[in-house]
This record gives sequence, structure tokens and C-alpha cells, in this order.
Amino acid sequence: MTDRFARALGWTSLALGTAQLAAPRALTRLCGVDDAPAATTVARLVGGRELLHAALLLGAKNPAQWAWTRVAGDTMDLGVLGRAAANRTGTRRARALCALGAVAGIAVLDAVCARRGTAKAKGPLLVRASITINKPREEVYRFWRELENLPAFMVHLDSVRTLDQRRSRWKAKGPVVDLEWEAEIIDERAGDLLAWRSVPGTGVSTAGLVSFTDGPGGRGTVVDVSLEYGMHGRKLAAAVARMFGEHPEQQVRDDLRRFKQVMETGEVVRSEGSPEGHRALRQLHQRPAQPIGGRA
Amino acid sequence: MKANVWTGRNRLEIQDVPDPQILNARDAIVRVTSTAICGSDLHLVDGYIPTVKKGDILGHEFMGEVVEVGPGVRNLRPGDRVVVPFPIACGACFACEDGLYSLCENSNPNAGMAEKLMGHAPAGIFGYSHMLGGFPGGQAEYARVPFADVGPVKIEDGLPDEKVLFLSDIFPTGFMGAEMCDIKPGQTIAIWGAGPVGQLAAASAFLLGADRVIVIDRFPYRLRRAQRTGAEVLDYEEVNVLDALRDMTGGRGPDACIDAVGMEAHHPTPAMYAYDRGKQAARMETERPYALREAIMACRNGGVVSVIGVYGGFVDKFPMGAVMNRSLTIRTGQCHVQRYTGPLLDRIRAGEIDPSFVISHRMPLSEAPRAFELFKNKQDECNKVVLTP
Repeated sequence: MTDRFARALGWTSLALGTAQLAAPRALTRLCGVDDAPAATTVARLVGGRELLHAALLLGAKNPAQWAWTRVAGDTMDLGVLGRAAANRTGTRRARALCALGAVAGIAVLDAVCARRGTAKAKGPLLVRASITINKPREEVYRFWRELENLPAFMVHLDSVRTLDQRRSRWKAKGPVVDLEWEAEIIDERAGDLLAWRSVPGTGVSTAGLVSFTDGPGGRGTVVDVSLEYGMHGRKLAAAVARMFGEHPEQQVRDDLRRFKQVMETGEVVRSEGSPEGHRALRQLHQRPAQPIGGRA
Repeated sequence: MKANVWTGRNRLEIQDVPDPQILNARDAIVRVTSTAICGSDLHLVDGYIPTVKKGDILGHEFMGEVVEVGPGVRNLRPGDRVVVPFPIACGACFACEDGLYSLCENSNPNAGMAEKLMGHAPAGIFGYSHMLGGFPGGQAEYARVPFADVGPVKIEDGLPDEKVLFLSDIFPTGFMGAEMCDIKPGQTIAIWGAGPVGQLAAASAFLLGADRVIVIDRFPYRLRRAQRTGAEVLDYEEVNVLDALRDMTGGRGPDACIDAVGMEAHHPTPAMYAYDRGKQAARMETERPYALREAIMACRNGGVVSVIGVYGGFVDKFPMGAVMNRSLTIRTGQCHVQRYTGPLLDRIRAGEIDPSFVISHRMPLSEAPRAFELFKNKQDECNKVVLTP
């Protein structure tokens, strides 16, 4: 809903910007500022700015936040029109005041949209990924349930140590500092699913659910992973992701691909271009496809 | 070791690089005894396949002697002679179990790159860009072969390298091109491209029972080679191919058409050539699909268009109306080599075919850059080059 609202504002910007660029004189007359020498130039510049808003609101994946650029534009317009109204009399003053009122009304809508967008962006971060593994469900589940196996394919994890049936201690490598937190299993159905969350107060707030279902026609096992990073965890996840240059969603997908390789072939598959195996960051910075030499 | 390294568009150098090492338990290291230059290597050298990087070792057709195996390889030992299929395949995933080895779901550590261009990722391939894995190729003294327990074919009976080397790619590729045509007795198969793959596709079409095979190209020396398989030939710079094929098939068109040309085709009409060549140079289109367009237009109603020429990305002016309205079937794919190596080795042993008939040049690996020049520019009647390290 918020997104549709934002897109509608984007179309408004597109229409207004086009009009201002195509017929700047008509617009300046409408606002009562056609007597100023630089009026058409300013109208054209503002028109260009409107097209920029349009591009952001119509092109972005999550457009609502970009309504803040419109709010900034509105503030500028209000200032210009306010001065114009103050310096004029008669019909021109009346027109400028009408325009001022219209912009003020639009500014309210823009601000509402932008605030909703910001609120949405601050909500918990949800990540989902899924893969099919050509092994029986029991076997796939058992490997995952042995949490100490996870670092074999989750490259950002240093180690997982199980404390008891439910609780475990997780360590992740960071380029600067290492992270450590405690997690507990909150739901478990053998062979079907596993749900966990970080223990409150251990620094990281995250929760995850992995489900295992038989593939269509009994071919393999479908593994679905959902992860949630709460307010605090979200910032952390984003920071870690930025340090590694990877989006959290990419990380999960890469993890699942390596999980599939471990289950189906016994280990993570390496090439000279990607010696650590499948990883989004490495795909941006490939080694040349020639032997590595030196370190084994 | 010495290796043939890509150092930029149309630039190759023999360089000293480190020797390969075992990276995975199921790897083997092979000392290369013979390696060949493939027509598809030219697309890489010309810079039309995305994600090739300076420093990459080329070559996906090679064979040699096993010198080292990882702890996970039980079927090979140092000293074994093997031919290595060009697609890398794990043998355990859904695709491999279905015999679709060039679509192995595990062998491409850069699958994410290929997904951006192609939606889903194919298997890793030796020496064939980073989106297909970033694996060094076999135009080198040594090569690391992943999943050595799945792909390599042991050659135990002293058959010379030249007879079996092409099991790595072009013989199975030509064979699969013919097999995808579902040839029935009495049928006519037309093949665009009289290069080594086209020649082997022609020979394979006869093996599979085709009545007539017609090969289309513009280089007389290549057409002569195709003729030796028993095929009839058309020079597209001399005749209008669509008219000629119609005349040769009682007005109906060939039962199946094989595109053994791919993305860098030529067109006899300068304006038509300039259209796609210009777009390709400006990177607005990755392909020059003249052969494919013509194969579609030529094929008889309800026939098969089998595409084994390599394409990299996006085609413009694709005659989808002809495909749909005339019930054509398009079949294609990088060859699932591992599926064919056994049966085709048997055919070679039985003397049904000797694929070495395509070889025109034998050169040392150290002359690889010059060999590429000869092959690319069709100099000295170059048809197929075998390099020996």
C-alpha cells in the first residue's frame, strides 16, 4: 500500500516535471511569478528536479523512503513561493498564495509517505532462500541438526558449540572484531523442521527457521530457510554484510549452495577463480583461472 | 609449468605459471599429453563471452597421464591415461543423475554469476570464463581435474592420443547434435558450419542412419573435408541456401537442421552482416545469429533445429513466428559429454569412425598463440590444431 502511494507520487512528479520542461511559461503564469526575469529558467530547473524524484520513486525497489527527496523539494518550493507572494500584490499575489497552498498540501502527503517508508525500512529484516538436495530427508536433517557441522558450509561462522540439547554458542568471524552469541532451539520436529533464536541479551538478535520437505516425486529434499534479524540484529547484520561486501540474502543463498555441495559431493567445491568456493564477494573479485601456487 | 594464457582481447601468451595442486579430495592432476583448440575458444579470445579475465588459462579439450590423485579418487591411479570431458560434473546431483552433465548443479563455484545472465547456472567448464567456474584450462603442461572419479575416461588399450582426444568435446558434441535430430531412415539433415564439429556432426548423422547430409559453409577446403564424410555441400557465398535446400528436398526443406556455427556467424550480404556485426561491436547484442536464423527458416514443417554452436547471451530478430507456426522443435545444450564417452569410445575401437580425420595441424604448445592465428584466420587451410606440451 505504502509502495503504491509512493509510486503515485512518482507519477505526479513525472507529469509535473514534464509539464514544467515543456511549458515553463504556463507554469510561471499559474504561480503568478511570470514577471521575474529568471522565472522560466527556475521553472525548468525545478522541472528537472521533479524528474529526478520521479526516477527515484518509480525506479527504486522500496520507493517510499525516497519520498523524503520530495519533502526536501517541497520545502524549497514553499520558500520560493512564500517570497514571491510577499513581494507581490493583486492577482499575482493571489495566484502565488494558491500555489503555496497546493504545495503545502502535497508536502503533507509526501511527508506521510516518507515516514511510512522509513518505518518500513526499520522493521525486522527477513531473508528467505531455498534449495533442493539430492539426498533423503532424514540424512539432510541430521547433518543440519548437528549444529557443529554448520561452519562447514556457513563461511562466516567460526564455530558452533552445543551446550546442551537446546542451547548452543555461536562464533562468527568479523574482519575487525569477532562476534559471539548464544542461541536456543525453540521448536524441533525431527526430520521436518528446526527453529532457533538468539538468547535475549547476548548481543545479537536473530531468529531462524529451516524446514525439510520431500522433493516432488520423492526426488531429494527441499530445504527452506527463513532468517529474521530484529531491530538490533538488523543493524548488526547490515554492518557485517557491509564489512564483507555481501547482502544478507546472498549470504544465505551461498550458504545453501555450499550445504548442497557438502551433502551431495562431500565438500565445498573450489576452483582457482574461487578458491574458497561459492561466495558472492569472491565473484566480484575473481582470481585468474590459473593455479594458485605457494600456499596449499 | 607453461600454459597458454589470455592476456586481453585477441592476445595470447605462453607464460610460466605455478603447477596445479589438489584443491578438493576428488581432484586428480593430469600431465597433459595432447590438447586441442576449439572453435568456441575463439569466442573467448575475441572477447564475446562475458567474464573472461586476464591471466586465464584456456583450453577445454585435453587428455593426458594421471600424476596425482586426491584421497577421494579410487578409480584412477598415477600412470593411467585419461581423456577429460570438458564439462565438470559431480555425478551425484539431480542433473547428473539425469545424464545432463553439462548442467551439474555442484561444479560451478560461480553459479551466482551465471544466474544473473542466464537465470539458472550451468556446470563448470575448463578454461571457459569465470561465470562457468573460473577453472584453468588444459592448454598447459598440467591440469587439475575436479571430480576425477566421474568424468575422465581411461584409455587402456594403446589407442593413440589423436584417435581418442576428441572424446573430450567435439566428437560427442557433433554426435549429440545429430542425436537431437531424432534421425529416421530416409531423412535429410542440413548442417550449418563445416568446421570440425560440423564435420563430426555429419559423420555422426550417417552413423545414426541419415539418408542425406548437406553441409553449408563458405571455405572450400572445409567443404571438401565435409564431403569426405559422404555429405553434399553448399557454399553460401555461391548459392542462395534457402532456395538450394528447397530444391534438394522436393520443396519441403531438411527434416532437421544443425547449427554448428554459433555466435560469430557470417552473412554473404554486406548490409545484413553489418547490422548484427555493428550491434555486437557496440555490445547491444552478443550474437551474430545468421546461421541459426537460416536454419530455422530452412527446416521443414514440424522438424527439429538442433543448436550445438555456442551462444553467449541475447539474440535479436529471432524468427519465433516460424518456430511457433511451423511446429519446429529447438533442441540444444552444451554437450553432456560424460553420457557419450563410453559408447563413442566403443565405436572408435570397433573402427566405425576415426575422429582424427579432422586434424590439419600438429604443433607444440609453445606455438599456441600462432596456432590460434592460423585457426582464427583460416590460414594454411587450418581445420583443427592439436598441441603437444
